[in-house]
Amino acid sequence: MSGATLLKETGPREVFCGLTSIVWLHRRMPDAFFLVVGSRTCAHLIQSAAGVMIFAEPRFGTAILEERDLAGLADAHDELNRVVKNLLARRPEIKTLFLVGSCPSEVIKIDLSRVAENLNIELKGQVTVLNYSGSGIETTFTQGEDGALKALIPLMPKSDQKKLLLVGTLANAVEDRLTSIFNRLGIENVESFPPRQSTELPSIGPETKVLLTQPYLTDTARELKNKGAEIIEAPFPLGVTGSTLWIQAAANSFGIEKSLVDSILNPLIERAKQALAPHVEKLTGKKLFLLPESQLEIPLARFLSNECGMEIVEIGTPYLNRDLMKAEIDLLPPDCRIVEGQHVEKQLDRVRDSSPDLVVCGMGLANPLEAEGISTKWSIEMVFSPIHGIDQASDLAELFSRPLRRHDILNPKTLTSN
Amino acid sequence: MELTLWTYEGPPHIGAMRIATSMKKLHYVLHAPQGDTYADLLFTMIERRGSRPPVTYTTFQARDLGGDTAELVKGHLKEAVDRFNPEALLVGESCTAELIQDQPGSLAKGMGFDIPIVSLELPAYSKKENWGASETFYQIVRNLLKDHTEESKQTWQEEKRRPRVNLLGPTLLGFRCRDDILEIQKLLGQHGIDVNVVAPLGASPADIVRIPDADVNVCLYPEIAESTCIWLERNLNIPFTTTVPLGVGATQDFLRELHELLGMEIPKSVNESNNSKLTWYSNSVDSNYLTGKRVFIFGDGTHALAAARIANEELGFKVVGLGTYSREMARKVRPAAKALGLEALITNDYLEVEEAIKETSPELVLGTQMERHSAKRLGIPCAVISTPMHVQDVPARYSPQMGWEGANVIFDDWVHPLMMGLEEHLIGMFKHDFEFVDGHQSHLGHLGGKGAENINQEVKSKISNDSTNICADPIWTHDGERELSKIPFFVRGKVKRNTENYARQAGCREINEETLYDAKAHYKA
Repeated sequence: MSGATLLKETGPREVFCGLTSIVWLHRRMPDAFFLVVGSRTCAHLIQSAAGVMIFAEPRFGTAILEERDLAGLADAHDELNRVVKNLLARRPEIKTLFLVGSCPSEVIKIDLSRVAENLNIELKGQVTVLNYSGSGIETTFTQGEDGALKALIPLMPKSDQKKLLLVGTLANAVEDRLTSIFNRLGIENVESFPPRQSTELPSIGPETKVLLTQPYLTDTARELKNKGAEIIEAPFPLGVTGSTLWIQAAANSFGIEKSLVDSILNPLIERAKQALAPHVEKLTGKKLFLLPESQLEIPLARFLSNECGMEIVEIGTPYLNRDLMKAEIDLLPPDCRIVEGQHVEKQLDRVRDSSPDLVVCGMGLANPLEAEGISTKWSIEMVFSPIHGIDQASDLAELFSRPLRRHDILNPKTLTSN
Repeated sequence: MELTLWTYEGPPHIGAMRIATSMKKLHYVLHAPQGDTYADLLFTMIERRGSRPPVTYTTFQARDLGGDTAELVKGHLKEAVDRFNPEALLVGESCTAELIQDQPGSLAKGMGFDIPIVSLELPAYSKKENWGASETFYQIVRNLLKDHTEESKQTWQEEKRRPRVNLLGPTLLGFRCRDDILEIQKLLGQHGIDVNVVAPLGASPADIVRIPDADVNVCLYPEIAESTCIWLERNLNIPFTTTVPLGVGATQDFLRELHELLGMEIPKSVNESNNSKLTWYSNSVDSNYLTGKRVFIFGDGTHALAAARIANEELGFKVVGLGTYSREMARKVRPAAKALGLEALITNDYLEVEEAIKETSPELVLGTQMERHSAKRLGIPCAVISTPMHVQDVPARYSPQMGWEGANVIFDDWVHPLMMGLEEHLIGMFKHDFEFVDGHQSHLGHLGGKGAENINQEVKSKISNDSTNICADPIWTHDGERELSKIPFFVRGKVKRNTENYARQAGCREINEETLYDAKAHYKA
């Protein structure tokens, strides 16, 4: 490990819960439906985080618990059964139904796995019913995807085929691009998990090599390993360096000649560095403070400091998985300050004391900081934007240079005589 | 258990947050897990607030549940009071905390703080946001005024001062409250009436304590302030207004009611004229085309009721649908709908509202941000009149809904999405020129009427689905279709449906030009 300082903090937190990941998961798998079993708060959270709803009928919804559901648990199971059947009758195109646990359903201990099991028997394979928890008492934000993927793993067919499996939701265009690069390297069999259709699950076995695209897949990685897959250790594919190391790690694992890898990646690296240059100019020497939310904070800080010259004040992270993050932490500049957990008030005090040029934070905190004259970037944008890979490095940097550029436009420096 | 894809109202603790965030020098300790902190973004994003809501979330986790969550709550309470130093403390819980029953309100009261503690009990599994806001405001007022002793209060006449009133109900995330307050203050100022306290928006606990200094309460938003006004009337003998000054007629009624309550003579001007341009604009020749425009209205109770009156009496529209998502307001909306010959639509299901819009083929939809989406999909012009709202419904410009200027804003906001009078005639005239695109709407950027075609498609498939047991679908002849295409797109779906129904009843195998006219005569008769 590098000289990063690892600290822990507890107190009031300001982060989304795991339900929020439904917002991108339902877009990745258009044949799946995510049914939260929870309260009106859960429904309100998802619709607020998803912004304005433009769908006629979204592929997510909430079975809202009511007073009478709390009275008797047996009734709650029956009620859920009824709601699911109505939903499936209305939406025959659904192939996979995720029952998503929430804080209230966990507290009153509704057994979603039992409900799912019974429904699977009744539905006889027409629809696959799965369950996982996105509750805020157990998960933060991106961890919801970890739960959803973990729930799919038992359905993955077995295979002894040698293959590269990219794990974690990517934008479709980015996925295509990365796959084509691996193909050029001679890795022909590249599949993605989650797939674009929930029913087209990739197969898995001892010859499967897993490359994680996202840093928040702790449980999924463990389960895949239990299925015999090998997890390739690498930093995450953010920025030129991270993406290069990530691709190289896979190439190594497949025994691809280094010269071939270099001949294919070097032109991409050169081009990406050129595209990055104007952003580096804007970002160099600027102070960055990352508040905990998406779990992408450590890889982002690594990219923005090593490749864009930013000075890292603090990296907040909701939780720290040292195994998955090892390669990232090793690349961080010495004496980087990583704070696991949160006391939002104390952390905001530190933000103000350090007067950073840019703060990466959640949507609730952005405008209050902007009003104090501190530029911000929403962390939720990182999970919606195509930012992975060598070719996307400048787009990723642009997300951070834009607020600074805007700040300069709106606050022109007055010329002074000295 | 209720399947919900989208909800008009949040849970009741969001209502409490609206009150807490609207007020000053108040802090709200909310026993809730971390995910519930999403609520901050409603204020900082939709309202573009430059400060965080004054809320401390206890953000308990699963591992805390085995231990002493009560101690955790106490820690947060102490820290919040030390850090924020509020004049009063709200203490409550969200849906999950309600289940673990830590009684944070009682805990707070036992901690020896020297500020008033308002403990909130907002049943998350049966109530919703507006109820929560109303209950919170009521509890704050009741708690802060419970020791108020009524010395023999003198009238403004006896005290030889100008009359003064409180404006109760405006909150953040309410519809145009910020500007309504200014407009009503201006209106009252013109009539020599002073404003004593505006609450909850902008009020501190100390201001709440001054509420009894007023002669009358003006209940601007019944959803939020009616229960408080009733309590103040019963306990402190302060009467309140029941007319909400939305629209010209309601503003006049409001002024009459307020003058009466204050024992003031009603100025002639109130009965004879008004300061809004709406009346003249509506009388001007261009507005002739507004006559009988079919309008569908859905929103919170207050704004839906007001919209129905304005549409019907002041703009000469025909109200073809009226409803609300607010069950608390259903009692008032039902008779209003009945008076218009309609049955009120009381629902929290936006798909049901969308169906009702399709069914009534309106030319204008007045609704919430969700009806804006529905109307966009259907290709029908829409204006937003009520919460829930989007960031674009919090405009930078002064844009009240109440009082004279509010009526002006309403005229513009509702009429601009429609085609202007002369323009509509010109489109009718040039409709068959080759340059003309069907469904053309000069300044409407959206579907340009194509949505109506979609409705036709759907209607067609629906009819063909459920007509199996009646008789074969009548076939549209070429000239029948040509005649149908001449009918304005926004009613075409309805005409098509009616004609097909007529044709089936009459046993016609095909629909030609004449069948259309027969059907028209049949339904007019």
